[in-house]
Amino acid sequence: MGVRTWIEGWPAYRQMTTNDPLGRGTAVKSDGSRALAPRTVSADRVVKSVCPFCAVGCGQNIYVGDERVTQIEGDPDSPVSRGRLCPKGSASTQLVTSPSRVQTVRYRRPGGSEWEDLELGTAMDMIADRVIETRRRTWQDTDENGVVLRRTLGFASLGGATLDNEENYLMKKLYTALGAVEIENQARI
Amino acid sequence: MAECHPVGFQWVMEAKKRGATIIHVDPRFTRTSAVADVHVPLRAGSDIAFLGGLIRHVLDNDLWFRDYVIAYTNAPMILREDFRDTEDLDGLFSGFHEDTRHYDPSSWQYEGADVAAAAGQRDQWSTMTADEQIGSRGEKARRASDTDRGEQAGSGGSPFHGTPERDDTLQHPRCVFQVLKRHFARYTPDKVADICGISEAQFLQVADALTSNSGRERTSAFVYAVGWTHHTVGVQYIRSAAILQLLLGNIGRPGGGIMALRGHASIQGSTDIPTLFNILPGYLPMPHAHEHLDLESYISADAGTKGYWGNMDAYAISLLKSWWGDAATAETGYCFDYLPRLTSGHSNYDTVLKQVEGGSEGYFVVGENPAVGTANAKMNRMGLANLKWLVVRDLQMIESATFWQNSPEIESGELRTRDIGTEVFFLPAAAHTEKDGSFTNTQRMLQWHHKAVDPAGDQRSELWFYYHLGRIIRDKLAGSTDPRDRPLLDLTWDYPTTTSPGRPDIAEPDAEAVLAEINGTGPDGPLSSYTELKADGSTRCGCWIYCGAYADGTNQPARRKPGSEQSWVAPEWGWAWPANRRILYNRASADPDGKPWSDRKAYVWWDSEHERWTGHDVPDFQPTKSPTYRPAADAQREDAIGGNEAFIMQADGRAWLHVPAGLTDGPLPAHYEPAESPVPNMLYGQQANPARQVYPHRLNRLSPSGREPGAEIFPYVFTTYRLTEHHTAGGMSRWLPYLSELQPEFFCEVSPALAAERALTHLGWATIITPRGVIEARVLVTERMRPIRVGGRTLHQIGLPYHWGANGLSTGDSANELLPITLDPNVHIQPTKAASCDIRPGRRPTGAARNALVAEYQRRAGITDETGTTAVTGHPGDSRSNGKAGS
Amino acid sequence: MTFDLDTRLAGPLADPAGEAGHTDAPPRMGFFTDTSVCIGCKACEVACKEWNAVPAASTGEQSTGPGDLSGMSYDNTVGLGGSTWRHVAFVEQTGPPPVDLGMPSVPQGADEGDREMRWLMASDVCKHCTHAACLDVCPTGSLFRTEFGTVVVQEDICNGCGYCVPACPYGVIDIRPEDGRAWKCTLCYDRLGAGQEPACAKACPTDSIQYGPLDELRATAATRLADLHDRGMEKAQLYGHDANDGVGGDGAFFLLLDRPEVYGLPPDPIVTTRDLPEMWKHAALTAAGVVVAVAAAFIGGRR
Repeated sequence: MGVRTWIEGWPAYRQMTTNDPLGRGTAVKSDGSRALAPRTVSADRVVKSVCPFCAVGCGQNIYVGDERVTQIEGDPDSPVSRGRLCPKGSASTQLVTSPSRVQTVRYRRPGGSEWEDLELGTAMDMIADRVIETRRRTWQDTDENGVVLRRTLGFASLGGATLDNEENYLMKKLYTALGAVEIENQARI
Repeated sequence: MAECHPVGFQWVMEAKKRGATIIHVDPRFTRTSAVADVHVPLRAGSDIAFLGGLIRHVLDNDLWFRDYVIAYTNAPMILREDFRDTEDLDGLFSGFHEDTRHYDPSSWQYEGADVAAAAGQRDQWSTMTADEQIGSRGEKARRASDTDRGEQAGSGGSPFHGTPERDDTLQHPRCVFQVLKRHFARYTPDKVADICGISEAQFLQVADALTSNSGRERTSAFVYAVGWTHHTVGVQYIRSAAILQLLLGNIGRPGGGIMALRGHASIQGSTDIPTLFNILPGYLPMPHAHEHLDLESYISADAGTKGYWGNMDAYAISLLKSWWGDAATAETGYCFDYLPRLTSGHSNYDTVLKQVEGGSEGYFVVGENPAVGTANAKMNRMGLANLKWLVVRDLQMIESATFWQNSPEIESGELRTRDIGTEVFFLPAAAHTEKDGSFTNTQRMLQWHHKAVDPAGDQRSELWFYYHLGRIIRDKLAGSTDPRDRPLLDLTWDYPTTTSPGRPDIAEPDAEAVLAEINGTGPDGPLSSYTELKADGSTRCGCWIYCGAYADGTNQPARRKPGSEQSWVAPEWGWAWPANRRILYNRASADPDGKPWSDRKAYVWWDSEHERWTGHDVPDFQPTKSPTYRPAADAQREDAIGGNEAFIMQADGRAWLHVPAGLTDGPLPAHYEPAESPVPNMLYGQQANPARQVYPHRLNRLSPSGREPGAEIFPYVFTTYRLTEHHTAGGMSRWLPYLSELQPEFFCEVSPALAAERALTHLGWATIITPRGVIEARVLVTERMRPIRVGGRTLHQIGLPYHWGANGLSTGDSANELLPITLDPNVHIQPTKAASCDIRPGRRPTGAARNALVAEYQRRAGITDETGTTAVTGHPGDSRSNGKAGS
Repeated sequence: MTFDLDTRLAGPLADPAGEAGHTDAPPRMGFFTDTSVCIGCKACEVACKEWNAVPAASTGEQSTGPGDLSGMSYDNTVGLGGSTWRHVAFVEQTGPPPVDLGMPSVPQGADEGDREMRWLMASDVCKHCTHAACLDVCPTGSLFRTEFGTVVVQEDICNGCGYCVPACPYGVIDIRPEDGRAWKCTLCYDRLGAGQEPACAKACPTDSIQYGPLDELRATAATRLADLHDRGMEKAQLYGHDANDGVGGDGAFFLLLDRPEVYGLPPDPIVTTRDLPEMWKHAALTAAGVVVAVAAAFIGGRR
């Protein structure tokens, strides 16, 4: 930066030479202010989404920069919400970028007093084994009168109302094929 | 609505600006009340009395919409001679069996309807008497038929056979209209005022506003949430509103309707494609265990002969084809036998009780937090602590995953960590921004959300988890010759997966491929409407009501034509089931001749020139069926619906004021007190819903009610609810600083009068006790809570938001510790909105003293496991035996 | 160069942006907060914090953090401050006991002494005054008037001297203890530059917070006020809309349903620098001297 530029950058200089003699506007506008660009404009992409909280189904625009969610706001195109969001919807960025979100599998062995690490693949394998074993142990072909049951009451499931339709579909389909019937969700609670 | 659905509430505020009157009926003065024109602070749990009063007002003052009611409702249908109303039986309907707490609904039927032919054949809707069922299959079988009638009507009415007699003059003493008049005659304004704790003037103000804004030219809308459903008589709350809206002609018309405001992004979707025990996708019933049950008898038991539900065979077979593909053939009965059978209640609370008793090994908890978020939280935790294994999938480390570390039972010494044998897997979940998929919102509209970024670490979608879990299990069982494994090995489970450049390690199933399967395919590719479904195995469809969501191979829920560029109905935003229809039963927006009831309220109508239905929305009718069409006597399915019958899913083409089949607790709503109430029922001798489900258990004790001794130990009513600033059990809000600072801790809301009565100080602590548990809360003394006068005495109500638990940033006791497990018999939902309690100043005891205090209260009130579980408390006298004779 | 300091520090001023050297400035932009449709949801508070990365007050001055209930109805952020740039006030009002209107029946269900209840909610924000004392006293040039006529703290300039804090007649601007600098609403200056509306106004579910050219907002407000008066809401009043008030009118003004004091707003705010010219004359300070002092402070603040 040359001396001339440096001096011209002085608010006092600008104050005396521009039409902002009191130094309350253009004369004192900082480099930071000059460089301001909203991250909604500088985002790499905007992804269309739906608010994950209540069932109004407000439209959301997800702004992504550097492969991270940088901002979530209402989608003005939505005839449901017209771009608006409530406090929970407005906290969506914090919801998905929350540092307290758990990132790795946690495992607590029977009687254990601490969480332990566990590889995701190992966990999946162990859970599959638990399902198979419980199902085997608790399978009911018929009731005491010989009426066909073809099921297990050995394990249950609770959840679904915050999940996608496609996820619920796979859940119900898999559980039913396993013969599990104690499948419930928030709609009952 | 302003509290829990603020953005939806913008439309209410907009209507208000344009002159609409906003009436808020709620025990609490909330943010909705603050901007409403009228707030009616009725007593928690008294809404049926209020709505019943409105129904009486409409009938007595001749304010009902005559042409609409005669044409579109079952007001003219004549009931059987042996029907007895609550008027005759002091609060019971005919058919109640006290020993089994069960109604036999046969006397509720229409005269002339051929119910006998159906008896014994039906699956869900069995009209056999309880005695017959017990006789044939014992106690378990009886309970089977008991459990699941309520929800199958989610996409249509209950099945019905025969041709009922009717009187279009509505004069016949046994026609539904006259029965209705008699039934609600005692719901007079002074009674309503006394029961609800409001003034007659307030009641009449609402009655006038509602009726003057209903009719040909105007419509009124009802909006409700769990304030109406979370009662032991919740389904009948909604029924009351339905009766009222039908009498006023407010159903199927723009600006009318009854809107359920649901609380989770896809809670509607999770009912449509259910993770619920008693239904399959599209509200098809799960089969019950019967001898000789096959696909044919399953369908014939439920399908009915008239209306669209008559096509249940096509819906069911297409589902079976979708799941078991080539293995599902006519020869194999489309693999119907692969479906597991129900025998008794398998609802969430049945599971919890079973867990507590050690009868359950495993549990998947997926985006739920039962340790603090479900009624009788302690019982839920005791269940979790008694499992072999538990899988918790969530965004944050919620209480349901840490119960073995820091539950109240650990604190009190009741449980010790090292003694808890539950193996816990916590698997972090992906957020909505990290996966593709669709939510179904509260107006049945599917909207697609697109993945924006990769999840971090081990975070995965549920789609990933269940797809790969299924894949791994199938791999492990591959080659099995055990017949029980055939449903798994024959399952269509070959979803394409993709990876992203950032996460080549994650094989994510293609959500759109799953949507395509849900939508269904025929010989020519993706189906575009459920009317294309066939019962011959040529079509596959994972959820018939969603058929069309992938029409033309296009992701319809992803449509996002800006609202500003389309009509006010906005049909090109997302996709609403069924058939992208935005208002159900919109045929009723036109008169029987197909003309709009008024220009002002035109919505769909018959275009006689082009001979088809047209309008602003997709008509809820066969597009070219003329209003003059009359079915032949032997017509079936939709062909049996006349051109002047608007309710096409119903087996009689009409909306039901009186419900002849499908409900477990009466064909008409009646005011019953909450299962726990310090107030005696002022309308009937029958105190509470006689058919409510009870779960006597040492951990689930109930307080005495009404005039029972001991009721005075729990003299106050409490109600639980959400705040704008938090979300349900807190998993998505209590960990967020921006939301936690807005409501930083658990509190209770009390009136200045109650504060004075119990020495509670503003911002001090209060201890609140029920027979289930004791909690502490900071005290907010507020004029928004008001004592009310009920039955001549002052009653105090306490408000408890229920979001809290021990983890996260914003913490506190869970209000769910206080709530009982005693359920609406139709839908097995717990009463969170009105129960009785005691409150006293100061913090609750800790350690062993905590349970001791609850025990002391139980002792003082003389409570046993059986307290509060009595079915019949009225004095029906001689007429009761008549009612029984009718069954 | 000569100018009349009196009109530049108080009284009506047609073009604050032009006054601050912005030639060809866009119309003056501002907020109209119509509290009659506010539902107290606090979306504005959260949207503001999300956009501006304002820390939760739990780490700031307003509250000692989650776990601390204020007891002020549903308001737990308590007031505007360095970490709360939008703040929703909740006012529970109880009217006098009901008068006997000669109704045919005594309300038997309602409790005796049942009284009229009102719950007022209002989202408060920096007023972006026409004559902004915070700006006038800022010795560093951190506070400045934008081309939209709004008043913004420049975080890269502020040295935390705190002169602005007592200068604000509304008690809006404040020092954030953990970083020592002064903060307040920027009316989302960055978004405005890109033609976007401020985060709070965009989120507001009921359009209680409206953003736009101040002239248009004033016209909207006048219509709305007349409407409410027609509906019998006689106490409804505008606040901060009058160019003749003590701050020359606000860039963020309000429709209130009761007197400003009820909401905790000063009834008659006066720009604290109104008497500054008089003081300056007495002190015989030269404009140049001030400039030098400002420049020095400015350079100092950059270190």
